[in-house]
Amino acid sequence: MNDLTPTREQRTAALEGMGCKRKRVEDIRFTQGRGNYVDDVKLPGMLHGDFVRSPHPHARVKRIDDSAALKVPGVLAVITAETLKTVNLAWMPTLAGDVQMVLADGKVLFQNQEVAFVVATDRYAADDGINAVIVEYEPLPPLVDPFKAMNADAPVLREDLVGKMSGAHGPRKHDNHIFEWTVGDKDLTDAAFRKAEVTIKEMISYHRTHPSPLETCQCVCSFDKIKGELTIYGTFQAPHVIRTVVSLIAKLPEHKIHVIAPDIGGGFGNKVGAYPGYICAAVASIVTGKPVKWVEDRIENLTATSFARDYHMTTEVAATKEGKVTGLRVHVLADHGAFDACADPSKWPAGFFNIVTGSYDFPTAHLAVDGVYTNKAPGGVAYRCSFRVTEAAYCIERAMDILAQKLNMDPAELRLKNFIKAEQFPYHSALGWEYDSGDYHTAMRKMMETTGYAALRKEQAERRAAFARGETRDIMGLGISFFTEIVGAGPSKNCDILGIAMFDSCEIRMHPTGAGIARVGSKSQGQGHETTWAQIIATEIGIPADNIMVEEGNTDTAPYGLGTYGSRSTPVAGAAIAMAARKIKAKAQMIAAYKLEVHEDDLEFDIDGFRVRGLPEKFMSMKDICWAAYNSVPPGMEPGLEAVSYYDPPNMTYPFGAYLCVMDIDVDTGVYKVRRFYALDDCGTRINPMIIEGQVHGGLTEAFAIAMGQEIRYDEVGNVVTGSFMDFFMPTAVETPHWETDFTVTPSPHHPIGAKGVGESPNVGGVPAFSNAVNDAFSFLGSTHIQMPHDFWRNWKAAKDLGAVA
Amino acid sequence: MAKTHVTMKVNGAEVEGLVEPRTLLVHFIRENLQLTGTHIGCETTHCGACTVDIDGMSVKSCTMFAVQADGSDIITVEGIANADGTLSALQEGFRMMHGLQCGFCTPGMIVRAHRLLKENPSPSEPEIRMGISGNICRCTGYQNIVKAIQYASAKINGVEFQEAAE
Repeated sequence: MNDLTPTREQRTAALEGMGCKRKRVEDIRFTQGRGNYVDDVKLPGMLHGDFVRSPHPHARVKRIDDSAALKVPGVLAVITAETLKTVNLAWMPTLAGDVQMVLADGKVLFQNQEVAFVVATDRYAADDGINAVIVEYEPLPPLVDPFKAMNADAPVLREDLVGKMSGAHGPRKHDNHIFEWTVGDKDLTDAAFRKAEVTIKEMISYHRTHPSPLETCQCVCSFDKIKGELTIYGTFQAPHVIRTVVSLIAKLPEHKIHVIAPDIGGGFGNKVGAYPGYICAAVASIVTGKPVKWVEDRIENLTATSFARDYHMTTEVAATKEGKVTGLRVHVLADHGAFDACADPSKWPAGFFNIVTGSYDFPTAHLAVDGVYTNKAPGGVAYRCSFRVTEAAYCIERAMDILAQKLNMDPAELRLKNFIKAEQFPYHSALGWEYDSGDYHTAMRKMMETTGYAALRKEQAERRAAFARGETRDIMGLGISFFTEIVGAGPSKNCDILGIAMFDSCEIRMHPTGAGIARVGSKSQGQGHETTWAQIIATEIGIPADNIMVEEGNTDTAPYGLGTYGSRSTPVAGAAIAMAARKIKAKAQMIAAYKLEVHEDDLEFDIDGFRVRGLPEKFMSMKDICWAAYNSVPPGMEPGLEAVSYYDPPNMTYPFGAYLCVMDIDVDTGVYKVRRFYALDDCGTRINPMIIEGQVHGGLTEAFAIAMGQEIRYDEVGNVVTGSFMDFFMPTAVETPHWETDFTVTPSPHHPIGAKGVGESPNVGGVPAFSNAVNDAFSFLGSTHIQMPHDFWRNWKAAKDLGAVA
Repeated sequence: MAKTHVTMKVNGAEVEGLVEPRTLLVHFIRENLQLTGTHIGCETTHCGACTVDIDGMSVKSCTMFAVQADGSDIITVEGIANADGTLSALQEGFRMMHGLQCGFCTPGMIVRAHRLLKENPSPSEPEIRMGISGNICRCTGYQNIVKAIQYASAKINGVEFQEAAE
């Protein structure tokens, strides 16, 4: 050794592996406008398709006349349900086991439903064509209120299902009923309520909203008639699933379908499902023999592709006088819109809503979910959350605050009293999950100490007294949220999509010079996988992250994966990456042993290579091993250094966190100010703290939007009234609060690197924190629960209804 | 539809083209000039993904006709890097401070911040937040975008960047 020999710290730092704030690889191109998003794809002779959409929420389609449209310069074709019937594609299967019209077939069931697809030489001509298509409708009475869906006199929406009293998830109780899903021990839970000293009951609604990534859904389809091959560039969070779905419904051989998801401008769940635009663009390409691009505009995105939430949760908690919870009973009325197009694992009609017992040790619980049809857009996607987990977290976190209020107990104290204890993990919940790990008390206490929780409560008491004396018109609320997520779908024993187990995959190929490529079945939409996946490999095999190129999204080159949503990338694909890297490392060890002329067991891995135990000068770097893999492997070993891993996780992961929102509300105007927001997240092992913090900031901002104003709202006759960014709340830098982030680390015991996933935690935990802050602010005026979203008007109305405003 | 001849300077180069009167500037930039860094996010002037710099002003190119830009001097995100091809202070700031995730709002955000720093080379945090309030980001929560602009401001002014304490 001499002064030029790098230290262990320097060698570790040079890898830029796990735990370091590596700057992102993607940013070089994105900051220069050199990303390659779907709308940037331009193929020779490419045409543009666009939709004629229904102005009515519910109507019979009497006639479609495309004769004038076909005379419009540039218009080449108008596709209707009748066209699609010739290829058996007028309807398509949904991920939830239902079917959905691709184009209106006899009826329209929601405003802005796709009625006809106009194909033209450019997007302006397509728009001219749309305006020239004449559609004659016979309006029918709309069904807007989900609570009226199963009334005897409710209009029947789905005529294709009339008389079918059983659906994909069991019996149907009404023509507008989709499924009933029940979990838990009803008798035991009912008994707990009969014996309870204290109970609460509240109908807690989580309103309809929309993921609304800044890039809308779009695709370019190109069918090569000579080769019989279909190439689809699209905004797909799950490109392999899209390939399989297209193969199944279009009856094309799967190897002749090439799905490419290039750079994606945000997804948040919006880009998981299959939409009519994809089918129509593919059919249009087959019909015209030219590539066809379909690009949604913002109004179409907000009103037609995949809303989120719309869960109405009647929630009951039983407890002792001392505040120990003894039972939980929840009934959910789920508004699914016109078709059940939820993007859940196939056997889970209400997703993982049975995580609703949250972070608390409920001895018993019972849950029932009824899904119903209404004249609204289909969807029910997991908007920056695992499937229905944000609804569950909101439900239980509001309920705990309502119980605390009834018991006249501090909501932090109530939570501490009921948390699952660290020594209870792995913990079997009353609704059937096995929580892998957690240390809730530590996280909660850290939050309370860091924020000065006790002092804030004291200040609130003083402020309330001042309000009573008429000295201030501001009220102060403290919103606690202690959420447990369930992410990383998922184990093949209980998770599949259309029969395909929800594993994920990685293939690593090391080149002779010590650089390599990793192809992964996940698909980044902004999460920075090109950066973080290379960090995992860097630490695992000792090759600098800069020397590993990560590629995703091309189904011809990437191994089959189920894609990126539900915070599954790190728990599942991240594990596959570590396992593939370990296979590389195992072969590398054999090569090193051969070259160093020792037994494999005499070697130990040391940061960036293998060293002979007890002989520190005998060392072979991974870079040199890569070279040796191509010229001097042990006799009998195949040359090369590559590996593939398909990882079927043994369990979900259970990230958790403790959040606190401090809010002031002016009762006379309803204007709120988020004074402080503290978010402590425990996502297990942290791969890149910079990216984690960034994801927490972003998720909190989306939670802020949802809780404080963002809503897809319909009027009483079924018009969607929040169809653009004019009406749909999108916080700017001015409204967005400052975020404080913190963490604890409780590694997942079953994950190869102990990581749990984090991208969705802040949305799941954030919404209840904001809503609890508003509700806490108003509680001393006599309210128990005020529904979201808490915009200025609703805050003012709450103050007025409570008598605080004349 | 009859087409109109337009000429303009884009990122320092003289360009021309034939456009319909209704052709939006953003489509002219993206389709005719093949400069696809300028994005379309909402078509209603709310999101700012399409922001370009026209004659020294930040303009949302999705609600301006190409013919209205005839004769103007335009900078798009492709024209922001230093003359030698290295990242400008702003681009570097966005990378160093993690001011982007999916990258879709980034071109508009950087073009807007470029003009903001010309208007006010040393903006305070509230001035930055107000200054970029015409640009929506769905991923970052803005906090690191603010830092990115502060980083660039410090670098342009030749002072050491001091990251604000959390």
